Amino acid sequence: MADRHRLTIRTIDPDHRGTTIRTAAAHLGIDVPGPVEVADVIHVEGALDDAQRTRLASAMADPLLQVATWDAPASDGIEITYLPGVTDTAADAVLHAAGQLGIELSSASTARRIEFGSAVDADLADEVVRRVVANSVIERWGHGVLDPPHLDDAPGHVDAELIAVRGLDDDGLLALNAARSLYLDLEELRAIRDEFERLGRDITDVEIETLAQTWSEHCAHKTFRAAIDTTGGPGGPVEVAPLLAQLRACTDSIDAPFVRSAFVGNAGVVEFTEGTTIALKAETHNHPSAVEPFGGANTGVGGVIRDVLGIAHRPIAVTDVLCFGPTDLPLAELPDGALHPRRIREGVIDGVADYGNKIGLPTVAGAILYDPAYTTNPLVFAGCIGTAPSRALHDGPFAGDRVIVLGGATGRDGIRGATFSSATMDATTGEVAGASVQIGDPIVEKLLIDALIGAEELYSAITDCGAGGLSSAIGEMAEGVGADVDLDLVQRKYPGLDPWEVWLSEAQERMVVAVPPEHLAALQTRCERVGVRVADVGAFTGDGRLVVRHQGNVVVGLDTGFLHDGRPQRRMPAVLPTPNRHDHVGRVVADPAGTILELLAHPNISSKAGTIHRYDHEILGASVVRPLVGARADGHADGVVLADPGATEGIAIGIGVNPWYGLHDPEAMAFAVIDEAIRNVVAVGADPSRVALLDNFSWGDPRRPSTLGELVAAVDGCCAAALMYDAPFVSGKDSLNNEYVGADGQRHAVPPTLVITAVAHVPDADHCVTPDLAEPGNVLMMIGRTEVEFAGSHLDLLAGAPANPGVTPAADRDAPETYRRLHSAMRSGLVMACHDVSEGGLGVALAEMCLAGRLGAAIDELPHDDLATALFSESTGRLVVEIRPHDVDAFTTVMGPTATRLGVVTDDSVLAIAGVEPIAVDRLAEAFNGVSGAGAR
Amino acid sequence: MSKVRALVIAGPGTNRDHDAELALHLAGADPRIVLASELVARPTLLDEVDLAVVAGGFSYADSLGAGRMLALDLALGVGDALRRFVDAGRPLIGICNGFQVLTAAGLLPGALGHNSHGRFDCRWVELDAVPASTSVWTAGIDDPIHCPIAHGEGRYVHPDPSALAAAGQVALRYRNSNPNGSVADIAGVCDPSGVVLGLMPHPENHIVRRQHPRHLRGGGGTAHLGLRLFDNGVRHAKGL
Repeated sequence: MADRHRLTIRTIDPDHRGTTIRTAAAHLGIDVPGPVEVADVIHVEGALDDAQRTRLASAMADPLLQVATWDAPASDGIEITYLPGVTDTAADAVLHAAGQLGIELSSASTARRIEFGSAVDADLADEVVRRVVANSVIERWGHGVLDPPHLDDAPGHVDAELIAVRGLDDDGLLALNAARSLYLDLEELRAIRDEFERLGRDITDVEIETLAQTWSEHCAHKTFRAAIDTTGGPGGPVEVAPLLAQLRACTDSIDAPFVRSAFVGNAGVVEFTEGTTIALKAETHNHPSAVEPFGGANTGVGGVIRDVLGIAHRPIAVTDVLCFGPTDLPLAELPDGALHPRRIREGVIDGVADYGNKIGLPTVAGAILYDPAYTTNPLVFAGCIGTAPSRALHDGPFAGDRVIVLGGATGRDGIRGATFSSATMDATTGEVAGASVQIGDPIVEKLLIDALIGAEELYSAITDCGAGGLSSAIGEMAEGVGADVDLDLVQRKYPGLDPWEVWLSEAQERMVVAVPPEHLAALQTRCERVGVRVADVGAFTGDGRLVVRHQGNVVVGLDTGFLHDGRPQRRMPAVLPTPNRHDHVGRVVADPAGTILELLAHPNISSKAGTIHRYDHEILGASVVRPLVGARADGHADGVVLADPGATEGIAIGIGVNPWYGLHDPEAMAFAVIDEAIRNVVAVGADPSRVALLDNFSWGDPRRPSTLGELVAAVDGCCAAALMYDAPFVSGKDSLNNEYVGADGQRHAVPPTLVITAVAHVPDADHCVTPDLAEPGNVLMMIGRTEVEFAGSHLDLLAGAPANPGVTPAADRDAPETYRRLHSAMRSGLVMACHDVSEGGLGVALAEMCLAGRLGAAIDELPHDDLATALFSESTGRLVVEIRPHDVDAFTTVMGPTATRLGVVTDDSVLAIAGVEPIAVDRLAEAFNGVSGAGAR
Repeated sequence: MSKVRALVIAGPGTNRDHDAELALHLAGADPRIVLASELVARPTLLDEVDLAVVAGGFSYADSLGAGRMLALDLALGVGDALRRFVDAGRPLIGICNGFQVLTAAGLLPGALGHNSHGRFDCRWVELDAVPASTSVWTAGIDDPIHCPIAHGEGRYVHPDPSALAAAGQVALRYRNSNPNGSVADIAGVCDPSGVVLGLMPHPENHIVRRQHPRHLRGGGGTAHLGLRLFDNGVRHAKGL
C-alpha cells in the first residue's frame, strides 16, 4: 500500500455547483432541504513530507478563493469519482504541477464530494446524486470517503480469440451476431462465413469486429447505398437508384464551378474565391448524447472538427442543431431508462460549449427544437467549417509511407460506437452502452490543429479517428494500397486492453497520417514543439492487404477488397408516402395578437440567447453578423457571417430544419428546409449563386418500409431543390435507427428530421443585412407569395391541427430568381433590414423585426385576404425587407411584382397590424425573451 | 525608430494568441507568438522584446483553477526574467486567461473566481478607464471601450478594493452592468508601477469597426475600439 494523500478543496464563497444540484433536483420534482455543498478532492500517491504537502496545496488552491486541507472530512458526504480508465484531465494537471514543484508522485486522481444538510437522509442523497449529479456510464460514487480508481481494477485479457465461423448455419451466425453486438444482417454474416471458408481458417475477434465496424450503418451507410424497391408512388412499383448515388448525381449535374470535392473524404470542399478553399461538414452524435449528454455532445463537436482537420483545413467555426423532448415533461411520463429532457439539454449544451470554447472556435449558427418524440432520442447535429489556401487535395497514401497515429493515447473508451449507432435504444441502453461513450479533451485536439496546420507538405494522406477508431481510420486509408501495423506500437492509457479493443477504441483526439519516411523527422519535431504524441505503428504496403499484428501474431489478415467491397448490397422495400397536395385548408384564429405572443413564447421560436451566451461566438474576431443582433442584442439573425478583420469577402452560414413538415410531406419538407437555409444566407447578404449544401438525415428504422419511403421522398425533394437553386450538396451524413422501444414494447421513432446547412459566399462583408428595424418612416415590403399552407405549421403546434390539416408549404418555383434580384438590390444598398418568414409566419417575422430593433411597425396592407393565412401560413420563399422611402421605386424596379408593400416602421414602439389588436414592442420582447428577460433557453 | 518587438505568450490551450497578435500588428508592433515551454527553455527571449502579452484561452483546460498551471510554468520557469522585464518598465498585459495567470503568478493583486451566476458567459460589455489609474495601457482613454467578454471564471476578488483604487491600481470598471459579480465592478487592474495590466474582457476582439455588434446601425466607432489599449501599450514601449 503506497503512501496516499487526499486533499479536499472548498470555495470560500458559496459554490454555485451546490445551487445547480438543488435546482436540477427541483426540476425533477425532488425537494432538497437545506444547502448543498460541493468540494473537490485530489488523491495523490507518493512519499510526501509536510513541506511538500504545503507547497502542493498552495499550488492547487488560491487563498483568496479556496480553502484546502489534507485532513479527512468530518461531515458525511457522497463522493463521485471516475470509473477506472476514464480520462481524468485534472489528474494529469496535478501530476504536471507536482513535476513543476519537483515533487514526485506515482499517481493522481480527482473526485467531487457532495455534502447535504442534516435534513437529507441517505436515500434522498443517493437519489439526487444518481439522477442529477453523477453518471453511472463514466462515474462511480459512494458514501463517506471513496478510494481513488485503480487501473489494475481494469479488467481484460490480452489475446486475440479465434471464432469458429466456418460451417455456422443461419441460427449460429445470428447467435454470434447477438453475442458480440455486431448488428450485421444475415446476408452480411453469410458473406463473412463464406469468405473464411474460402480462406480455410477461423476468424479472429479482431477481424470480425473490424468487419462489423466497417460494415456498420454508421460507416458503410448501407441504407443510403441500398437498392430500393418502392411501391405506392404514382408510377406504381419501381426500383430507385441508391439514395447516395442520387445525391451525388444531382451534384454532378449541377456542376457548380466552385465545388472542389464532394462526397469523398472527411468533408466537402468549395472555393468561392480564388486562393482559398472552404471545408464543410456536419455530423450527428445522437445515441451517445442520449446516454451521456455532456460527453456525447462534447465528442460530437470534437469529431466534426477533426473531420475538417482531416481534409487539411484549419477549423474556423462550429455549428449545432439540437433536438430535445419537452423540458416540462412530467416525471410520470418519462420512459424507463431515459434521462429527463431537461438534464439532457443542460448536459448537451454544456458539452457543446465546453468543446467549442476550450478549443477556441466560435460556435455561431444553430437551432434548438423541442418535440415529445425527441424525449428518448435527442438529436445532436454538430457542424464545422474550415479554410485553407487553395492546394491540391492529398492523394495518398502510397506504398512505403509510414502509418502515423497522432494525439491522445488509446483506452477502453468508445468501444463499438459505430455499431452502437445501429442499436435501438431501450431501458437498458444506458448500462450496456456505457463503453460506447467517449470522453473529450479539447485541449489535446487544439494541439493537434497547431501541429498539423502548416504541415500539409509532410504527409500524403490524413484522416481522423472517429467511429471504429483505428480499424476504420487505417482500414479506409489502406483501401487498395494495404497496410501492415503493429498494435504493440499504439500508445495506451493503461494496460489490460484486448487487441480488438485497441484496434476499435474510439479514444478521442487522434488523427492518422500517411508520412513518407523522409518527412517523419520534420513532423515529429513539429509535434514535439506543441506536445502532441507521435506513434509510428506501421507502413502502407502496396499489396492491398490489411495486416494487423499483436505480440508477434497476425490478428488481422484481410484483403482490403473484401473489407470494403465484400459486403453484399442491401435490397430494401419502401412504401412511398401519399401526402396531401390538394386541400388548401385554412385556419380560424380568434385572437391574432394573443397568438403572435404565444408563438413568440413557443420553445421552438423564443429566444435562444441563454444558450448562445454560453458559447464563445466572438473568438477569432471574424463574427460580422452574430447569432444575436439588434438594439439590445436580443434579436436572432437569420444567418451568420464570418469574415477576417480587414477582409472584404466573407462566408455566410444558414440552417434549415422542420421535422413537423416531414410528418405530413417529407418531400415538401426537404424543399422547404433547403429553401429556408438558402433564404437565411441570402437574407444576410450572401450570393445565391454561390451556395453549397450539407445534408444530415436523422430518421427512424429504415427496415420499416414506410419509414424508408419517407426517406426516399425526402431525398427526392433534396435533389429537386438542389437542382432548382443550383446549390450542390458537397457532403452529408445519415443517422438512422433513432428509435426507442419502451417498456410497453412500443417503438418510438423520431420524426423525419432533415437538417440542411447552407454555406455561401458574401461578396461585401462590410455591408451585411440584419433583421432589426433600422429607422422610423422606412417602408416594409413583403417578398414572395403567401398561400394557404398550414400542415406542420407552428400555429398547429400551438392550437392543434384539424382532422384534415391540408397541404404543407410547397416549393416556390420563382424563389431562385427572387433571391438573385434581392441580392442585387442588397448590393446596391437598397435594403436596410431583412428577415425570412418561417416558423410562425409573417406575424412572428414582423414581431421579431420590431423587438430586435426596438421600433414599431404600422402594417396596413397584408399579403392575403384571409387574416389567419396572411399572418400565420408558413409558405416558403418569403422575406420581409425594410426600404428607405426614396428607394422604394428603385427596389420595386429591381424586384418586380414579387415585392408588395406591407406598411412602415414607426417610432411608437407598437406593432400595429390592420385588423389586429396593437401589441407593444416591450410585450413582444417579453414573450420572446421569457419573464427572466435573459432568454430562458 | 524600429518597430516595437512584442511577444505573445501562449500555453497549452491558449486560443486567443492569434487575435492578440493581430491587434499588436494593427497597433504597429512586430509581434511573435512564443510557447511557454519555449520561453522556459530560453528566458532571455523576454530581454529581447519591448512588450509582452499573456493571451487568453484555456491553458491546461482550466484544470485546478483557471490560469494556475500556466502561472506555475511561468513563475517557476521565467519568474526572474518576467520580474526584470517589469522592473525595466516594459508593458505587460494579461487578457482573460492571461489575467488569471498574472494574478496566480503574483504579478497582479487579487484573484478571479467563478462568475457569480456560475456559467461561462460571452457578451459585449462597456468599460470605463479609471482616470486615477497609473496604468500605461489605459492612460488618456476617456471614451468607454466596447469589447466582448468570454469567460467562466472572471469574478474579480480582492480583500480591499477601495485601497486598490486609492493606489491607482483599478484600471478598468464595467460600465452600466457588471457581468460576473466582480467586486466594485472591477474589470481590470494594474501593478503599482502601472506597466502590468490584467483584464477579463477581450480588447483584441474589437480592433476594427466591423467587429462591433451594432456597426451596421452606427454603433461603436474608433473612440470605442479595444485597439486603443494596444496603441497605448505600444506607444509606451516606443518611449522607453
